[in-house]
Amino acid sequence: MNDLKEKVAHGVFLLAAITSILSLVVIVIFIFTNGLPMMIDYGVFDFLLGTTWNRTTFGILPMIVGSIVVTIGAVLIGVPVGIFTAIFMAEFCPPSVYRFLKPAVNLMAGIPSILYGFFALRIIVPWVRDTFGGPGNSMLAAILLLGIMILPTIISLSESAIRSVPRSYYSGSIALGASKERSIFAVLVPAAKSGIFSSVVLGVGRAIGETMAVVMVAGNQPIMPRGLTQGVRTLTTNIVMEMAYASGQHRDALVATGVVLFVFVMLINGIFLYIKNKEAK
Amino acid sequence: MVTQPKIKVEDLKLWYGDFRALHGVDLDINENEVTAFIGPSGCGKSTFIKTLNRMNDLIPYARVEGKVELDGQDIYSKKMDLNNLRKKVGMVFQQPNPFPKSIYDNIAYGPRTHGVKKKSELDEIVERSLRQAAIWDEVKDHLDRNALSISGGQQQRICIARALAVEPEVLLMDEPTSALDPISTAKIEELVSELKQEYTIVMVTHNMQQASRISDRTAFFLNGHIIETDQTRKIFTNPNQEETENYISGRFG
Amino acid sequence: MGSKILNGLVYLSTILTFGALGFLVLYILFNGVQYLTPSLFEWTYTTQNVSMMPALITTLYVVLGTLFIATPIGVFTGFYLVDYANRDNKIVKAISMATDTLAGIPSIIYGLFGMLFFVIFLGLQFSLLAGILTVTIMTLPVIIRATEEALIATGMPIRQASYALGAGKLRTLFKVVLPMAMPGILSGVILATGKVIGETAALMFTLGTATLLPQSLLASGRTLSLHMFILSGEGHNVNEAYATAVVLLLFVLVINGLSTFISKRLSKGGK
Repeated sequence: MNDLKEKVAHGVFLLAAITSILSLVVIVIFIFTNGLPMMIDYGVFDFLLGTTWNRTTFGILPMIVGSIVVTIGAVLIGVPVGIFTAIFMAEFCPPSVYRFLKPAVNLMAGIPSILYGFFALRIIVPWVRDTFGGPGNSMLAAILLLGIMILPTIISLSESAIRSVPRSYYSGSIALGASKERSIFAVLVPAAKSGIFSSVVLGVGRAIGETMAVVMVAGNQPIMPRGLTQGVRTLTTNIVMEMAYASGQHRDALVATGVVLFVFVMLINGIFLYIKNKEAK
Repeated sequence: MVTQPKIKVEDLKLWYGDFRALHGVDLDINENEVTAFIGPSGCGKSTFIKTLNRMNDLIPYARVEGKVELDGQDIYSKKMDLNNLRKKVGMVFQQPNPFPKSIYDNIAYGPRTHGVKKKSELDEIVERSLRQAAIWDEVKDHLDRNALSISGGQQQRICIARALAVEPEVLLMDEPTSALDPISTAKIEELVSELKQEYTIVMVTHNMQQASRISDRTAFFLNGHIIETDQTRKIFTNPNQEETENYISGRFG
Repeated sequence: MGSKILNGLVYLSTILTFGALGFLVLYILFNGVQYLTPSLFEWTYTTQNVSMMPALITTLYVVLGTLFIATPIGVFTGFYLVDYANRDNKIVKAISMATDTLAGIPSIIYGLFGMLFFVIFLGLQFSLLAGILTVTIMTLPVIIRATEEALIATGMPIRQASYALGAGKLRTLFKVVLPMAMPGILSGVILATGKVIGETAALMFTLGTATLLPQSLLASGRTLSLHMFILSGEGHNVNEAYATAVVLLLFVLVINGLSTFISKRLSKGGK
C-alpha cells in the first residue's frame, strides 16, 4: 500500500518535472515551424539583410541593427553604474543602509515594464526632445530606459559575486598596506569577474528581449537607425507593432522576426549557462 | 639590553563588543629576533598579533585601549598612516591566501600598491622576494601560473614572498604552518630562521616544539593575559610561573 | 585610477541608481493619486468612465488561474529535482537547462508562441484560458527555482532523522521538509504573482484586450497592465493612465513588501 503510494507520487512528480522540457520543446517547434518556412520561401539572405520593411517587402536588417545598437547603448550605461552600485552595496554600505537598499533593488526588478515605459515616455522622451532636439521618441530614449531597466539584474548578480570572494583576499591586500579602494578594485573585483560578467550577459538578454517599454519610447520607424536622437525599431517592437493586424506572409514574417530574436536570446543564454557551469567547477 | 625594543606594547586592552579579549598586555619585541606567542586556543594570542598592524580595525565592534609603539611611535595615534604602517609591519596568515592572480602579479601587487611601476624594477623585486622565501627555484619557470594552482606549502611561501616584497621591517606570522604538511612546515621554519637576520619576526604558534625550535623569546598567553615572557630556552626548561609550567608540560590546553 | 575617483564613481552610481528608482516611484505617485476618482472603479467600463474595475478583476482571474496551475507543477518539479531524482541524472540536467532557458526567453516570444499554439492551433481564441496557460509556462521557472532552493536549504540531517524513525519518503517530504521549506516556496509564488501582474507582451496576443469583464474561461479580457498600455498609447486618457499606474505600483509595492517580509522571517528562522 505504502509502496504503491510512493510509486504514484514519484510518477506524478516526474510528470510535473517533464512539463518544463515539454513546454520548451513545443515553444521551439511552434516558433520555428511557423517562422522558418517563410524565411526560406522569401530567401534567408533577403530577409536577414534586406533593409526595406513594408507590407510586401520584409527585410529585417534595420531591426537587427536597431536591437544590437540599443542593447549596446544600454550596456554602456547600465553596466558601469550597476557594477559600481553593486560594489557600494557589497563593500561600502553600512548594514543600517543595506536593510533599505536590498529591498529597493528587488523592487526595481519587480516594477513592470509598462511602468518603466510610461515613466520614460513622460520624463525621458520630453527631456531628449528639449535637450537634443528631434522627436524625443528616439534611440537615445530607448537606451536610457533600458540602461535603467537592466540595473537590478546587474546589481544583484554582481553583488553576490563580490560577496562570494573569500574574505582572506581582502585581508591579504590590506595587510600589504593597500587602501580599501585598491583592495576592492585590484583584488575583490577581478576575483569576482566571472560572476560580474555573467550579470552583464543576463543584462544583455533582458535588454534585447524588452518589448513593451521600448515600444513606448523608441519611435519605431522600420528604417535603418540614423542617429541617437532619431527613432529606431527593434526586433521585439517589430513584432508587437504589427501583429495585431498582420495576416498571411506578413504574419509569418513577424514570427520569423521572433525566430531571429529567439536565436539571439538562445546564444546569450548559452553563454550565460556556459559561464555558470564553468564557475561551478 | 640597552637597545630600544622594535615594538613596545603597554597596557593594551581589547574588547569584542562586551567581551574583553585582552586584559592589559605589556610586551617588548626586539629587533632581529623571533618572538613566539604560545598558549591554549582562545587565550588572545591571535587577537594580540593583529593589534600590531591594526588588522583588528577590520573587525567591527572591536575596541582597543593602550599603547603600541613601533620605533617609539604610537601606531594607534590619529596621525598614523595605516597603509604605511602595514607596509612596515607585514603579515602572513594562518591559511595561505594568495590572490587569484599569477604568481608574478601576487608578488608585484604590494610594490605596485606603493607606487613601483617600472617593469625592470618589479622583475627585480619579484625575483628577490621569491629567492628570500626560498621558492624561486620551484616557480621561476612558471611565474605566469595562477598562484592558486600550486600546493598549499608553496602557496604559503608565495604569501611570505608577497609580504617581503614591500620590504617590511617586522613580519607577523599567525600560525603560518597550521594548515601545512610536515615537510612544508620544516621548509617554512628553516626560512624563518634565515629571515630573522634582516627582519623582526613575531609568530603565533600552536605547536610548542615549533616555538622552542625557532624562536629567541617566547610569550605565554592565558585568558587574555601574558603570564610570562622570557628567553625561549628559559621558558621551556625553567619557567617562573606555575601556569607556564603546566601548559608546556601538557597539563592543559 | 586614484582612490578618490573610484570612490566618487561608486557613490555617484549609487545615487544615480536609487535616485532613478525614487524619482520613478514618487513621480507616479504624485501625478497619479489626484486622478484616482470613484468613477475609475465603476463595475462596467464605458468610454466615458474608462473604469479599471474590469481590468482589476481580470488581473485577479489571471493571477489565480496561473497560480492554480503553475504552483503544483512548479512545486512538484522541485520535489522531483531535489528529493526524488539522482542529482547527476541526465533528466535532472535537462530539466535544469530547460528551466534556465525558459527563464531567459523574452515575454514577446511567449506571446507569439501562445498565439500560435493556444489561440490558433488549439483554437482557444483570445481568451482567459489562452492567456493563463501562456503565463503559466512563464512563471514555472520562478516557482521551480524557489522550491528547489528552499528544499535544498532544509538539509540532509533532517531527512535522515525522519527516515531513521521509519517514515517513508513521501511522509518525510510532506510532514517534515515541506513545512520548513514553506516560506521559501511562498516567496517564489509571490514573485510569480508580481510577474503575472506586470506582464503585458505575453498577454496581448493571447488574452486579447477586450474591455469587458470575461464571463467565461474562453472569453477575452485585459489585465491592468494591458489596460494601462492601451491608455497610455491612445494619448487622450493620460490622467487615467497615471491613475492606473498608481494602482499597479501599489500592487508591486505590496508584493515586494510581502516577499521581503517573508524572506526576512525565513533568514531568522534559519538561524
